[in-house]
Amino acid sequence: MTYRREILLAVIILAIVVGVGLRAPAFVTPSSLIGVVTDTSLLFMLTLAQMAVLLTRGIDLSVAANLALTGMVVALASRAAPGIPIAAIIVLAVGFGAALGLINAVLIAGLGIPPIVVTLGTLAVYRGMIFVIAHGAWLTSKDMSPAFLAVPKAEFLGLSSLIWIAALVSVAAWVFLNHTSAGRALYAVGGNPVAARYCGIDLARQQLRVYTISGAVAGLCGYLWVSRYGIAYSDIAIGYELTVIAACVIGGVSIAGGVGSVPGALLGALFLGVIVNALPVINVSPFWQMAISGAVILAAVIVNSRSERQTGKLILPEARRKAANAAGGA
Amino acid sequence: MSEVTASTRYRVSDHAPRTLADFLLRWETILVALLVLTVAVNSILTPYFLDRDNLLDATFNFSEKAMIALGMALLIIVRDIDLSVAAIVALVSLLMGLAAQAGADTGVLLLVALATGSVCGMVNGALVTGLALPSIVVTIGTMSLFRGIAQVSLGDQALTKYPEALLSIGQGYIGANVPYSFVTFLLLALVVAFVLHKTPLGRRIFAIGANPEASKFSGIPVARIRFGLFVVSGFLSGLAAWFLTGRIGSTRPNIAQGWELEAVTMVILGGVSIAGGSGTIPGVMLAVFVLGLTTFGMSLMNVPGIVISVLLGLLLITVLAAPIVARRWLARRR
Repeated sequence: MTYRREILLAVIILAIVVGVGLRAPAFVTPSSLIGVVTDTSLLFMLTLAQMAVLLTRGIDLSVAANLALTGMVVALASRAAPGIPIAAIIVLAVGFGAALGLINAVLIAGLGIPPIVVTLGTLAVYRGMIFVIAHGAWLTSKDMSPAFLAVPKAEFLGLSSLIWIAALVSVAAWVFLNHTSAGRALYAVGGNPVAARYCGIDLARQQLRVYTISGAVAGLCGYLWVSRYGIAYSDIAIGYELTVIAACVIGGVSIAGGVGSVPGALLGALFLGVIVNALPVINVSPFWQMAISGAVILAAVIVNSRSERQTGKLILPEARRKAANAAGGA
Repeated sequence: MSEVTASTRYRVSDHAPRTLADFLLRWETILVALLVLTVAVNSILTPYFLDRDNLLDATFNFSEKAMIALGMALLIIVRDIDLSVAAIVALVSLLMGLAAQAGADTGVLLLVALATGSVCGMVNGALVTGLALPSIVVTIGTMSLFRGIAQVSLGDQALTKYPEALLSIGQGYIGANVPYSFVTFLLLALVVAFVLHKTPLGRRIFAIGANPEASKFSGIPVARIRFGLFVVSGFLSGLAAWFLTGRIGSTRPNIAQGWELEAVTMVILGGVSIAGGSGTIPGVMLAVFVLGLTTFGMSLMNVPGIVISVLLGLLLITVLAAPIVARRWLARRR
């Protein structure tokens, strides 16, 4: 396995950081750079989870709505029972998120409805349920217990707990995707569903697993988002699912399934994190952020499609022609 | 997306429905039943629903989206998708606003809208067919790009200087009470339905969706048709932007936010397979009316918009899941 694309992306990110640093030296101080990574922590986790889904040729558009709904649920729990231990809150967040993910999973794997349709529907439902369960109210840090709010502020060895949690999730993702048969199966069903089935890998089972995982990660991020920003209402993280998918695309994850690596996904997320944090530093209006990320997504998908063509060992000219045709017709 | 052929919803039959069961299980029949149910429930719940003028006024809220859904339906039938439609609306509205500030009249604004929309569609089409990129990624990218440009130019400002004539088309009626936008939608639907269901081009569009490889080897200009459909989608988005800008009389960067997903919902509920190759325009129109009238009925009863979206999401999932569950249940009993 070579990491040419990942190295290229890392070099580009480094160049941006250095370039911004030349104009605004304050940006490249260790504390500022750590701040960027802390800011991007949730995006790291969500991007890894989305990558797992994309590997199976699926898509989960409901992650941001799941995040917001789970965030509201734990905030309501904290308001109702301020003494509730923080471990219970985290278990609740992960469990509730996983349950929402399981709903997607059952509709997709059990009933065979296409993932994009299912998660489009649950996106609207989950997002609206926030309004319904909170009766339209906004919960602020006043409604949350000090212990609830303390987790994202906690530090260990000078790094925010958010970074540690993201690191933990990243290592888990790395081990899962590279060193377990369940993880390899995701690449198999995405790379070649027919061959995977002949190998005895059941697509429905992989889907069931991967959408539940995606939901669980979204739930965890829901708690962290709400406790970090100290606010829960129906519009938090609205449209964030597309940022997550953008990070995947920039990181070289193929929307057609079967292609993607943990370092790539992390770098894709880091790229967006650096852009978001660098623009205000060099006095560029934050309104540029959206246009830039659009241009970057397009550049990334063009670059990736060029490099994908060279991968794979095509020995015969016929096979090469067939592959070119398939790429043209897809 | 695999193995959706098992459901009758996505079956392309080689003959007209023969038996009553065939006819009853057609997707359009289910939608008609749903539409009747929607009208019945709303009429019982509120006396203001079944009123000719009220119903015609309700079309203001979905006609523009429905125009976009027509282009979306064609793209989804050929296995593509255009998530940038709402961003095109924003970009078109921006350019209309700038042109209006420069003194353009309503006719020129229409040209600006249609040209800008078509150019945006060409950008999408060129990237997807010219460079062989997946349309979902390309249009997520152009969505950010187009709306980003509108955001950079407008910031937190709004453009509000539009000619009276534009406003009176966006908000006005043909005759006593039929909105211009609704009539336009109906005419467009007629044209699209004719082309899709009654011309060789329409058969080619279905063929591409059913099997792009085989279509290419049959001599169908696959890339050119897909490119053309992206331009159609951009053109219709431009037209929708012209009506929408006239109706609300202002341009903000968040104009038409989230419409891409609403248009996709109309198309999917209308029975177009997301896997491509099947679907009908009458189906999409029925879905437009079901969604539009449900929204209208609930807003008459003061249900908040976000709660309506929960019900529409549930409707989408239930309508898709119910036939599958029912069929499995029937199969088990046999």
